[in-house]
Amino acid sequence: MDAATAFRSVRRWAVQTARLCCGVPDYEVYVKHLREHHPERPVPSYAEFFRERQEARYKGTGGRCC
Amino acid sequence: MHSATVKPGPAAKILWVAIAIVGAWCLGVVALRRGEPINAIWLVAAAIAVFVIGYRFYGKFVEHAVLRMDPTRAPPSVLRNDGLDYVPTDKWVVFGHHFAAIAGAGPLVGPVLAAQMGYLPGTLWILFGVVFAGAVQDFMILGLSLRRDGRSLGHMLREELGPAPGIVAMIGVLVLMMIVLAVLALVVVKALTHSPWGTFTVAMTIPIALLMGAYLRWVRPGRILEVSIIGLVLLLLSIWAGKFVADSATLAPVFDLGAKALAWWLIGYGFCASVLPVWLLLAPRDYLSTFLKIGTIVLLALAIFLAAPTLQLPAVSRFIDGTGPVFAGNLFPFLFITIACGAVSGWHSIIASGTTPKLLANEGQARMVGYGGMLMEAFVAIMALVAAASLHPGVYFAMNSPGAIIGTTVEHAAATISQWGFVVTPDQLLQTAKDVGEQSILSRAGGAPTLAVGMARLLHNIIPGEGMMAFWYHYAILFEALFILTTVDAGTRVGRFMIQEIAGLVHKPLKETSSLAGNLLATAICVALWGYFLYQGAVDPLGGINTLWPLFGIANQMLAAIALMLATVVVVKLKRERFVWVPGIPAIWLIVCTLTAGWEKLSGPISFTAAADKYATALQNGQLLAPARTPAAMQQIVTNNHVDAALTGIFMLLIVVMLAFTLNAIARAWRTNHPTAHEEPYVALDSVPGGAGAGH
Repeated sequence: MDAATAFRSVRRWAVQTARLCCGVPDYEVYVKHLREHHPERPVPSYAEFFRERQEARYKGTGGRCC
Repeated sequence: MHSATVKPGPAAKILWVAIAIVGAWCLGVVALRRGEPINAIWLVAAAIAVFVIGYRFYGKFVEHAVLRMDPTRAPPSVLRNDGLDYVPTDKWVVFGHHFAAIAGAGPLVGPVLAAQMGYLPGTLWILFGVVFAGAVQDFMILGLSLRRDGRSLGHMLREELGPAPGIVAMIGVLVLMMIVLAVLALVVVKALTHSPWGTFTVAMTIPIALLMGAYLRWVRPGRILEVSIIGLVLLLLSIWAGKFVADSATLAPVFDLGAKALAWWLIGYGFCASVLPVWLLLAPRDYLSTFLKIGTIVLLALAIFLAAPTLQLPAVSRFIDGTGPVFAGNLFPFLFITIACGAVSGWHSIIASGTTPKLLANEGQARMVGYGGMLMEAFVAIMALVAAASLHPGVYFAMNSPGAIIGTTVEHAAATISQWGFVVTPDQLLQTAKDVGEQSILSRAGGAPTLAVGMARLLHNIIPGEGMMAFWYHYAILFEALFILTTVDAGTRVGRFMIQEIAGLVHKPLKETSSLAGNLLATAICVALWGYFLYQGAVDPLGGINTLWPLFGIANQMLAAIALMLATVVVVKLKRERFVWVPGIPAIWLIVCTLTAGWEKLSGPISFTAAADKYATALQNGQLLAPARTPAAMQQIVTNNHVDAALTGIFMLLIVVMLAFTLNAIARAWRTNHPTAHEEPYVALDSVPGGAGAGH
C-alpha cells in the first residue's frame, strides 16, 4: 500500500469514527443498503439523512456515560 | 481448553514473560518504595503492563471459556442489517465510538477524590478492579447482548430473570440517573463558584452551540467536523476573552455567582436545553464535547509522558483510617464506592447493550471493544490520579476539603492542613490561585478544579509562557464543564422519556412522547428531581460533594452489581457452572461494598442520620450551625439528610430484592439439566448474503 492510499484510509477511518461518535452512521453504506435491499424507497439526501439521525440519537435511552 | 487460537510461538512467550517482569518490577516500585518520591512513569508503566496482560490472558479466558464467542456466528449487525442502527462496522470505528460513549467525567472525578488516601490504594483498585470486574462486566454484557439481537440491559433482565426484576432495574436506573446528573452538575457549580472567568467561558458555550446549530441546519447541513472546528476556535477565543471579563470592573460582577445562584441557573438551563429542538442546542454541544473530550484525553496523556511528574502525595496517607476531609469513611468500603467509573461502572452496562452490539461485525471483535474499551477508561482514571498526586499535597487538600473543616481564609486553611502533616504556607495557596487566574482555590471539591490545576501545571512545564497556566486551567475547567453539561442535557431528555414510560404504566396517554404537555410535565419532574439534589449540594454544610458522591458511588455500583448478577444467571443458565465465579465474585464484592457503605451511611458516626440528628438537636437548643443562618435553613439540612438516608435505604433494598431474584433463578437453572438461556439460534456467518465479507 502506498502512502497516499494509507493516508486516505486513515482519514476515512477517522471521519467515520468521528461521525459515529456523534450518532451519524456512514451515509454511503446506508445508500448502498437502500439500493440493494429496498430499491423502491427514495434515497434521502445527506442533509435529510443527517437530520433523521440527529433526531434519533436523542430519543432512546442509549447515550453516554457519566 | 478448546481455544480457537493458534498456540503462541517461543518469541511470543518470551515477549509475554518480559512484559510480566517489567510490569511486576514497576508495580513493585510503586507499591514498595518508601521515603522518597517516585516518578509517575513507574505508575503509568505498571498500569500499561497490567492492562496488556489482563487483556491478553484474562480477557481471552472470558472470551473463550465463559462467553464462548464464535467468529463463525452471524452477529445482529449482519442478521438485521438496516444500514442505520444495525450496520456491520470496522472494529476500530466501533472501538472509537464505544470508548467515546463510556468515557465521561466519572473517571476524572472519582480517582481525584480518592487520592486523599494516597495514590496507592486508588491505583491498585483501578488496576485489579478493571481487570477482574469492570472490563468483565462491560465485555459480558456486550457478549450477552450480541447473542440477543442487541437487546438492552432492561430487556435482557426481563427475559432472563422475569418481569419484576426488569421493573426493579428500571427504577434503579432512573434514580441513579438523577443522582448522576445532580452530582455532575454540582462539580460544575463547585468549579465556577465566584469564578467570573470560568463562568463567562462556560456561559459562552451556549451562544456558540446555538450558532453551530444554525450553521448545521441552514448553512452547511450535516458538516459536523467543519462546524466543530469553528466551535473550537470560538471556545478558545472565549477562554482568552474570559481574562478580560475577570479583570473588568463592570463585567466581572455579572459573572461572579455564588453556589446557589449557579445551581438555579443550571436547573433552568437543563430544562430549556432538553425542551428545545435537539438540533438547536443539545446536538451541537454534544459534537463539540465529544471531540474536545477525546482531544483533551490525548493531551493529558502527552502531558504526563512528556512532563513525567514526580508524585508528591504519599503512597498511603493517614486518611485510610476514615477521618479524611474529602469524603468520610474507611478504605473499605468507601474506596471502592468513590472510584466507580475507571474501575467498574454500572452505567457502562447500558451502553454495552445499546448501540455497540448492533455495530460489531463479528463476535471475535467483542473482546477488543468491550474489554479493551474499559481498559482504556481505566487508563484515563490512572492519568487523573497522576495529575492529582503530582500536586503539592497541601494544595490538593486545600482544594478538596470543605470550608467547614479548613475554614475560609488561606491562613486558617494552611494552618489546619499543616497540622495534618502536609506542610503548606498561606503564600503557596495564594500563589497557586494567582497562577491559575482565580481569587481562591479553597474548597473546590469535585475533581474538576484539582485536575485542572494538575493539568495546567503539566502543560505549563512543556509549553511555558507568561499567563499560560491560567489559560490551561480555564481550558481544563471549560472542557469538563462542557461535557458535564452535555450529559445534563441529554440525561434530562432520557430521564424525561423514562418518566413518561413509567407514567404510561399508570395512565396510557402520558406515554405519548410527542405531546407538548406530557413533554413539559415530564421534563419538569425530571429537572425537579435532580435539581433538588443539586440545590441540596449547593447549601450542604460539607460542600455537597462530600455528601452526594458516596450516594452516587453506591448507586453506580448497585447497577454494576445488577449487571453482573444478570451475567452470573446467564452463565448458569448456559450450564457453564464451572465459570460462575467469573461474574459471580465481582458481583458479590460489589454487593458487599454497596451494602456495607449503605449501612454506614444509614447508621453510625458518618451517616446521613447522624448529620440530621446533629442539626435537629442544635435546632431544638436554639443554636445555628454553619452554613445555616436561619432556623428554616437548619430544618432544610435536616430534611435533606433524611431524604439521602431514605434514598440509601432504597438502593440497599433494590440490591437485596435483585439478589433474591438472582439466587432463585440460579437455583432453578442449576437443577435443570439443559441450557435455558434465551439466546437467539445460531446462524452461520457464511450463510448470510454479504455476511462473510463483513467479518474480515
